[in-house]
Amino acid sequence: MTRPDLEPIVRWISPGARVLDLGCGDGSLLKELWQAKRAPGYGVEIDDAGVLACLRNDVNVLQMDLEGGLSAFRDDSFDCVILSETLQTIRRTEQLMREMLRVGREAIVSFPNFGYWRARLQVFLGNMPVSPELPYQWYDTPNVHLCTVRDFEDFSRRLGIRVLERLVLHEARAVSLLPNLLGSVAVFRLGRARA
Amino acid sequence: MNAPQSPQSFAGSVGVVQAKKAWFDTPLALKSGALLPQFELAYETYGELNAARSNAVLVCHALNASHHVAGYYADEPSNVGWWDNLVGPGKPLDTRRFFVIGNNYLGSCFGSTGPASTNPATGKPWGADFPLVTVEDWVAAQARLADHLGIERFAAVIGGSLGAMQALQWTLSFPQRVRHSIVIAATPRLSAQNIAFNEVARQAIMTDPDFHDGHYYEKGVVPRRGLRIARMIGHITYLSDSAMMEKFGRALRGKNEPGFAFDIDFEIESYLRHQGDKFAAYFDANTYLRITKALDYYDPAAGYGGDLAKAFERASAGFLVVSFTSDWRFRSQRSREIVRALLDARKIVSYLEIDAPQGHDAFLMDDPRYHGALAAYFGNIAL
Repeated sequence: MTRPDLEPIVRWISPGARVLDLGCGDGSLLKELWQAKRAPGYGVEIDDAGVLACLRNDVNVLQMDLEGGLSAFRDDSFDCVILSETLQTIRRTEQLMREMLRVGREAIVSFPNFGYWRARLQVFLGNMPVSPELPYQWYDTPNVHLCTVRDFEDFSRRLGIRVLERLVLHEARAVSLLPNLLGSVAVFRLGRARA
Repeated sequence: MNAPQSPQSFAGSVGVVQAKKAWFDTPLALKSGALLPQFELAYETYGELNAARSNAVLVCHALNASHHVAGYYADEPSNVGWWDNLVGPGKPLDTRRFFVIGNNYLGSCFGSTGPASTNPATGKPWGADFPLVTVEDWVAAQARLADHLGIERFAAVIGGSLGAMQALQWTLSFPQRVRHSIVIAATPRLSAQNIAFNEVARQAIMTDPDFHDGHYYEKGVVPRRGLRIARMIGHITYLSDSAMMEKFGRALRGKNEPGFAFDIDFEIESYLRHQGDKFAAYFDANTYLRITKALDYYDPAAGYGGDLAKAFERASAGFLVVSFTSDWRFRSQRSREIVRALLDARKIVSYLEIDAPQGHDAFLMDDPRYHGALAAYFGNIAL
């Protein structure tokens, strides 16, 4: 596994949990979850090459567009719905977040932290940030909704979503000092609001 | 990222093949309540059944195809199987690994017992007296064939369109006898529009003066006009609007100006007439009537208050569902209904929605995304 958010996600998933991975790419997270936790799951992916890679990886994959919502899935059909490094590409973010916690009891969301100091510095110096976490130029990026750790916390609060756990990372190491400045990737474990 | 494998890498033919027949003299109780006293099924096989008998794959055909899935006949080398681009050594359904069976379903007209066969009670062709068979009946007959070949459990059952209904039904009729079901260009039940098209086709056949209430064999005639029109209607629904426009446009046939008469003006008219003529020369009208009824009647959710997820509860197979975005006969939306029901029933399923322009017939094409996915899926089936 190369992406730093995958290790904590695998750690947070309970053995045997039913998982749904939105924007699952080549299915490597689901493959890892099956091997490490015997957690059965489905991936959702729109890209043809990703879908094919999932099938090669023997991962259940559904070729669907997340922007259409999660109407294919019943309430409470998963223990955890994962949105790994995909949040920033979603247009209807609020709708999808609500849908994730309708379909799953919990959700895990990871995203590149736009508040990371290098990103701030690049903007300060006059350019849009380009980095290993944000490898696109402004004109060819699939990212439409970038945010900082603090933005996401405000957003969760506004939607009434509970933050169960938060981990901010840089190069696979947890950052506890000034995380919104020194961490490049954030991972949140989220739950429904208390009734 | 993995590039899809190119079709060239799937080269290889199973070569010369021979049709076989299996005879069954234990009566088959049909869904209609009728009893078929005895029957014969035509089939072909490709590859070798392994010692564990765990590598058998049943290929189910759609409306006008047959058991001749792959390869060619020694005396007729141009007669290549209808899914030869999928089945063969090194192809997505690899015959070096799998033992593949093509079966002509019951009531068809390519060698299996059907309306043109002899009714043992009268010594004459069954004609209109041949019972109406259903998708469930086809599957029950195929299970007899599996017994005959010593196959307890299929590694997979695969089909497109009407064949996909059989692949679905296998998981419901014989949950323990199929490990994977590959359901392509499918619908869980026909829409009113689908049934409407079928009814127009049937009316075309039944109002043909040569139909003789289905007993045309003994009159030495064939309801050719009806069959032609039935096929022309069918063909329109197999292609997308854009594929038809791309292929034919508004091009005129052998003229520069419209003729202001009712002979052929446009290329599309010529094409449809040609397809109709070809079909009427080889297909049996009584079979056509029965197949369209089998399609109309198929509804696995019917016994479960319309709840398809409930119907799937007894299935134990893994599923691969594939649809094509330009298919307006059985839209992607219909495949998504199947996927949703499978998810609700907590079954193992993968779903592919291929952005292909050809329409319903896309399931017969060798689009690299489609064939690449099938190759990957078959590749992961343990033997």
